[in-house]
Amino acid sequence: MRKVAAVLAAVVLGATACGGGEGAAASSASDGGGGLTGTLTVFAAASLTDVFTDLGQRLEGGNPDLTVQFNLAGSSALATQLTQGAPADVFASANGAQMDVVTGAGLADGDPTVFTANVLQIAVPAGNPAGVTGLADFGREELTLAVCAPEVPCGAAAEDVFAAAGVTPRPDTQEEDVRAALTKVELAEVDAALVYATDVVAAGDAVEGVPVPEAEDVVNDYPLCTLAAAPNPEAARAFVDLVLSEEGQQALEAAGFRAP
Amino acid sequence: MRRSRTPAPLLVPAALAVAFLVLPLAGLLVRTPWSQLGTLLTAPGVGQALRLSLVSATLATAVSVVLGVPLAWVLARSQARGRAVLRALVTVPLVLPPVVGGVALFLVLGRQGIVGSWLADTTGITIPFTTAAVVIAETFVAMPFLVISVEGALRAADARFEDAAATLGADRWTTFRRVTLPLVAPGVAAGAVLCWARALGEFGATITFAGNFPGTTQTMPLAVYLALQRDPQAAIVLSLVLLLVSVATLLLLRDRWLGRGAAA
Repeated sequence: MRKVAAVLAAVVLGATACGGGEGAAASSASDGGGGLTGTLTVFAAASLTDVFTDLGQRLEGGNPDLTVQFNLAGSSALATQLTQGAPADVFASANGAQMDVVTGAGLADGDPTVFTANVLQIAVPAGNPAGVTGLADFGREELTLAVCAPEVPCGAAAEDVFAAAGVTPRPDTQEEDVRAALTKVELAEVDAALVYATDVVAAGDAVEGVPVPEAEDVVNDYPLCTLAAAPNPEAARAFVDLVLSEEGQQALEAAGFRAP
Repeated sequence: MRRSRTPAPLLVPAALAVAFLVLPLAGLLVRTPWSQLGTLLTAPGVGQALRLSLVSATLATAVSVVLGVPLAWVLARSQARGRAVLRALVTVPLVLPPVVGGVALFLVLGRQGIVGSWLADTTGITIPFTTAAVVIAETFVAMPFLVISVEGALRAADARFEDAAATLGADRWTTFRRVTLPLVAPGVAAGAVLCWARALGEFGATITFAGNFPGTTQTMPLAVYLALQRDPQAAIVLSLVLLLVSVATLLLLRDRWLGRGAAA
């Protein structure tokens, strides 16, 4: 809930900063020459919410006439929206499969670039009341457990991790996206959920992380691309450059992502 | 003639309204991958989700009738003060975003919730992520439809029959059972159908409070949403099934039982 409020606040602040023609935080790598105008629409995986909102504000800071707006949702839902004709400039996916849906439909401008990576981690409520220590606990009947549904990227990655570890999970719910799984940990309604390491960072004090060594073999790559029908191709290029720049990579690392 | 002629200024907007409401449903029919229908319908989980949807919506309707009819009587007949506030409160779930309803249910019935934590401590029972949670979420969202329908029927019913029963010596409970209830039966039936249809389509409160697990909590709307993530064709087929079940039920019940009661 707190995160939602933070994102809303960021969006509102971003909009007002833009309206006032005054950027929040300009920096050398993100100024893009200061000549970008109009609206930049970025479709990005929900797990990128905090980092991309931050990077969007930096780009706006260097380009007072630019408004960056985000559509943050599960990668699969975003890919569906794009193939159904939703207008956008940039697409950042939480896995290759959903990027393939978009490139397969001929919507990408050139080849996608893998810009970061994420691994799965176990999230438990603060204090870890159920004493979860590793992936094997997901086979314990008496615990209340959440995983992502196999239809969404974090669920697909979870299936691979469980298979590699030889654990048969007994989840009580298969959540529709990773943030929904995280919310159930924040509310302490589940004893553990398998989410991304970055989500554990983003959740703050309400949630603790339990590392999953087996997940190191199932690193989730995040590709991004500009879209062929982008209404604002210059801004799209500038945003992708910012994400790939040292500045962008540092922001990703601080959020718990790792180098591709 | 005088009654059936539609005034010309009403015709165009009415036709637009029909197009707006019916065309999306027609779109579903047009885009249905009929050749793959058999494969997609027999895919694992579809029958399971449909069965769970039908069972949970029916249970939610039963609970709504048992609890909602007495509530409607209180709203329509009792002289208690604060009825206007009470009426507003019980219809809040109608306008509340269902996800908010799901979060609210967590706060009360979740294992950290006010009632839920006590229940877990004393009996070891936890409600979230069970089929019972699906029924509770659906009941929360759908019961106001029944209450409003029955209350309307009670207000429209002629209270003189009840007065007559009372003068003939029937006590209040007998009057309610033998006079009032038969009088408003069509209203109860209409409300129950609305309630059932709403429960069948419930998504937000269910996925929030009950979670999503095939066979236990994954109802058809949840299955449709998740199918859309992987295989839009399958989602179209599942949507079609849900649409047909809803329309068939509404038509069947309307003809069979509701008649004028539905129109009242």
